[in-house]
Amino acid sequence: MSRNDVLVTADWAQENLGKPGLVFVEVDEDTSAYDKGHLEGAVKLDWKTDLQDPEARDFVDREGFSALLSAKGISNDDTVVLYGGNNNWFAAYAYWYFKVYGHRDVKLIDGGRKKWELDSRPLSSDVVERPATQYSAAEPDTSIRAFRDEVVAAIGTQNLVDVRSPDEFAGKLTAPAHLPQEGAQRAGHIPTAVNVPWSKAANEDGTFKSDEELAKLYAEAGLDEGKNTIAYCRIGERSSHTWFVLRELLGHENVKNYDGSWTEYGSLVGVPIAKGA
Amino acid sequence: MCGAPAQGGTLAGVDLATQTVIQGSVWHDGTPVAGAYVRLLDATDEFTAEVVTSPEGEFRFFAAPGTWTLRSLSPIGRAERSVAADVGLNETTLAIA
Repeated sequence: MSRNDVLVTADWAQENLGKPGLVFVEVDEDTSAYDKGHLEGAVKLDWKTDLQDPEARDFVDREGFSALLSAKGISNDDTVVLYGGNNNWFAAYAYWYFKVYGHRDVKLIDGGRKKWELDSRPLSSDVVERPATQYSAAEPDTSIRAFRDEVVAAIGTQNLVDVRSPDEFAGKLTAPAHLPQEGAQRAGHIPTAVNVPWSKAANEDGTFKSDEELAKLYAEAGLDEGKNTIAYCRIGERSSHTWFVLRELLGHENVKNYDGSWTEYGSLVGVPIAKGA
Repeated sequence: MCGAPAQGGTLAGVDLATQTVIQGSVWHDGTPVAGAYVRLLDATDEFTAEVVTSPEGEFRFFAAPGTWTLRSLSPIGRAERSVAADVGLNETTLAIA
């Protein structure tokens, strides 16, 4: 896996809109941006209503994901090209999610919606309808998804990467600064985790930094390539961004995203918590 | 929720006795700029958060007391200013030259 297999430029995306075998998918938490204007022919996925189970705190199950993609007109053989707002957080989350369910060919548009808009590229408000398919999701691949017990077991033994902002890591904030401060019962971070904010992997326009810059970033943070890695944030979407960097761009093996993240860990009874930088 | 809520509008439900709200709007040539990307950077210039301005050009952050930098990006240009925030409401304006 390398950058060219998993990342496309905005130029490439614009030249390939509407090409058979490619499905452009915008992923956001707030889909009003899509409704106002989206890439020509792109379908939308709502991070919450489409990808989260309405009752349990979990994914939609295999049947649910198959039904969702069938209804969106996505086939197993299609190349799915994802993009979204928030510097591609939710698109990266969807990328990881598509991989959990075994979709073969998935790519991200470098820079996502932000770069597209800053470049003043064309957006369409046309309603997109694709004929339904018979999508068949694979069994969930838990080799890329971490659960709480393995996170606790990883303290002091594996790489834990906390990708939240320094103030969230230190325990001064419990949520990103564009949100009211709420979420977990306790503030702080998982002991022995290193803090490499997701934003350090991205340029100001939302594109990813170069492979050389990224490799240096995580090496300097003390990530041991001989160990397994678990990335986490608050609810698992910013850490998907870092999971994408470590596994898909830098080719590290055995990288998991902990989607329970701080909202779960910071509310667990009896686990250790560290504070400060 | 992890993406930004709709920007602007009322502060009903926000406890200004405990929250440090930094809010304002982005302007250019006497008009508010909708759809600008506003980034909140901490005292060490580290990225902390980003929102997209409302149709009225508004943005809002929930931060902590201290010194912050606001930087806006848009196709028409960028603007930047420093803000010393305290608990409660901190209002400011970003003007694109």
